[in-house]
Amino acid sequence: MTSGQKKGTFSVLIIGIILGIILWGSFNWAMAITNTEEFCISCHEMRDTPFEELQDTIHYTNRTGVRATCPDCHVPKEWIHKVVRKIQASRELYHHFITGDIDTPEKYEAKRLHLAQNVWRTMKNTDSRECRNCHDIESMDFERQETRSADRHEEAIDKGYTCIDCHKGIAHALPEGYDPGEDAPGGGNEG
Amino acid sequence: MKKIIQISLAAFGLLLITGNTVTAKEDIASLRGTTDLSGPSLKAVKQKVISQEGGFERSYKQQPPMVPHKVDKYKITLKNNGCMKCHSKKNYKKEKSPMVGESHFLSRDGKKLQKVSSRRYFCDQCHAIQIDAKPLVKNEFDGLK
Repeated sequence: MTSGQKKGTFSVLIIGIILGIILWGSFNWAMAITNTEEFCISCHEMRDTPFEELQDTIHYTNRTGVRATCPDCHVPKEWIHKVVRKIQASRELYHHFITGDIDTPEKYEAKRLHLAQNVWRTMKNTDSRECRNCHDIESMDFERQETRSADRHEEAIDKGYTCIDCHKGIAHALPEGYDPGEDAPGGGNEG
Repeated sequence: MKKIIQISLAAFGLLLITGNTVTAKEDIASLRGTTDLSGPSLKAVKQKVISQEGGFERSYKQQPPMVPHKVDKYKITLKNNGCMKCHSKKNYKKEKSPMVGESHFLSRDGKKLQKVSSRRYFCDQCHAIQIDAKPLVKNEFDGLK
């Protein structure tokens, strides 16, 4: 190897490292930026309806002041799931910029059932993974819960229910066309 | 001259009336107490909603049962009724909760309906949460035993 070749390899290595730091850094930076509530509510679709509704609920206002932001529930924490979700979000960008499917409160309302069902399905499929980032059923002290909550949580463990089976519409308004009185985990009275 | 007498009479009458109302005002003790009308009202006393297993005893037979639990997380809107999550015909057994009364499925003409009648849709118009509050006015009400 001549000294010229050596120099060449060395500079390629240095450039590679610097480029790597810049690319990886900006990728992470972009991930972090798009994972903030400010980013979510920079679109009026999110700011005017779901975020507005969230503010009335216990996940925004409560006794201890611990609160959940949009990504806490809607973006997975684990890296691989997070990246998958980010790629899926391109669909949301498409509808925001191209079709404008939910760009008025009326259009949002018309789509609400469909949108809610999408989120419910995802949460059901992941066994309510995002809920469990904070709410661990193993750490629940049933003695300190109300009797009816404790009973139902014990039943949920026994029968393998997931959070979203019962807790629908806790952070946003329920959609028209969904009847809480017809929905029960395990389906109605046979249980 | 006649006019002067008339005016002074009227003034005297007016004085009598206003004088009376002033004394009357002092006699009335309103629930608001001595709080100045133009000032801000007293802060509401914080009270916890009572959770009571098995529910509350009714005071008379046709009294709408009182709600023995918190309801702040359930919403009743034109689109959905959160109370039905547990009290609907389909879910009540599973949730071990009382079912919506049969009377709630009747239209005003007495016709049986499939769904809760719109007259009975807004549960909290009749069914109220309870707090452990002292009665504002002393009374001797005793429920029908």
